Amino acid sequence: MIAIIDYGLGNVFSLSASLDHLGFANCVTADAAQIRRAERIILPGVGAYGDAMQRLRASGLIPVLDEQVAAGKPLLGICLGMQLLFERGYEYGEHQGLGYLHGSICSLADDLAACGASCKIPHMGWNSLHLVRPEHPLFRTTREGEFVYFVHSFYAKDCAESLLASCDYGLPVAAACGSGNVCGCQFHPEKSGAAGLAMLRSYLTAEIG
Amino acid sequence: MLTKRIIPCLDVRDGRVVKGVRFRGVQDVEDPVAMARYYNDSGADELVFYDITASVEQRPLFARVLAEVARQIFIPLTVGGGIQTLADFDRVLHCGADKVSVNSGAIRNPQLIREAAKRYGDQCVVLSMDVSRVGDSYHLFTQGGQVDTGIDALEWAAAGVDAGAGEIVLNSIDTDGVKQGFDLPMLAALAERVSVPIIASGGAGRMEHFSELFRLPGVDAGLAASIFHFRELEIGTLKRYLQQQGVPVRLPAGETA
Repeated sequence: MIAIIDYGLGNVFSLSASLDHLGFANCVTADAAQIRRAERIILPGVGAYGDAMQRLRASGLIPVLDEQVAAGKPLLGICLGMQLLFERGYEYGEHQGLGYLHGSICSLADDLAACGASCKIPHMGWNSLHLVRPEHPLFRTTREGEFVYFVHSFYAKDCAESLLASCDYGLPVAAACGSGNVCGCQFHPEKSGAAGLAMLRSYLTAEIG
Repeated sequence: MLTKRIIPCLDVRDGRVVKGVRFRGVQDVEDPVAMARYYNDSGADELVFYDITASVEQRPLFARVLAEVARQIFIPLTVGGGIQTLADFDRVLHCGADKVSVNSGAIRNPQLIREAAKRYGDQCVVLSMDVSRVGDSYHLFTQGGQVDTGIDALEWAAAGVDAGAGEIVLNSIDTDGVKQGFDLPMLAALAERVSVPIIASGGAGRMEHFSELFRLPGVDAGLAASIFHFRELEIGTLKRYLQQQGVPVRLPAGETA
């Protein structure tokens, strides 16, 4: 069973449907016992960083996630869920993250402006992946240059040690990061067609940790 | 590199996909679930699912059909038609929509975009506009393109973006259904005015129309219905053509790199 964390944020319909399509039993849950029983955990999320952390905190699930990650259970964060895995986020103020990965979540608009690039915000649409760690379980069936779907305005920085894949949007953008049993995608694999489904299948069937 | 998007639009009435010529003479094409699966498999970058009768007849979207489509679609899905309130956003988001398109609902309730963007994020709110030339300016139309609101369309778009619309669909009534190409002057005027992604709609008839479209700076996506529904144009063929023309596109799996 795969537990999709339900903390009132994000569109989990598609994520759950994509896991159904791939034949992975899954549940959308905020129940600590169910999360502890699950073989894997997915942390989804759409919205603002501070609001998401606040909801996650209010749900009482942060200690459960901490304990499960420490015990080695595979955790996959998607989009904002990936950003929450880092130490902090700077969306509408500074907010503490879960801190499983080193790095910060910063404004893409500010950094694009600083380097004179005139890309639209949000970074919305299909962009091609540069696989920094092609051997990672996420990418066993993924080729260099594969397209995936992004929607975000903030991005992970100072995360070179965990960088798995990047894409080019005026500047290099972290597309996937991971370390040990914790992994995150800035893009939406559940919205990235056959390529995204292949990544989910690859990651969810791999030995992690 | 970010690619230009090709977006088939499913206009739906009574659970069936339809497409009008200049919004009149609607003709039944196919089952939305079958069409959605076909597009998902054929390389569409996104899908737009409109209940075209909702604003005229106040009919709610058929949640069951929408959920059925969303279960088979693993690409982004935008839903519109009859979106008047935040409760309407909730309803379609819970049926699997990723983005919600507002048109006449934003005209009736100017606070709708701001409230929706605040609750669901800018990326979730798409402002869809039906626009036609009136004299020297562009006017916003409603009621399926039948009623001139007298509102300046470019002002409307700018206000919508200020309120939090993350994307704009510009449907030119003047070129819709005529298949003589997208409304490039209208799109250029909009691109000058707003900085969010722009989806062009109305007028696609041939592959060349898309390459002309994507030479226009500031246009991110092209939307069409009938040429895809009647399979006059295959999305894979179109994308290979665009790639030859130097337009960045996402090719179907197996043809990348």
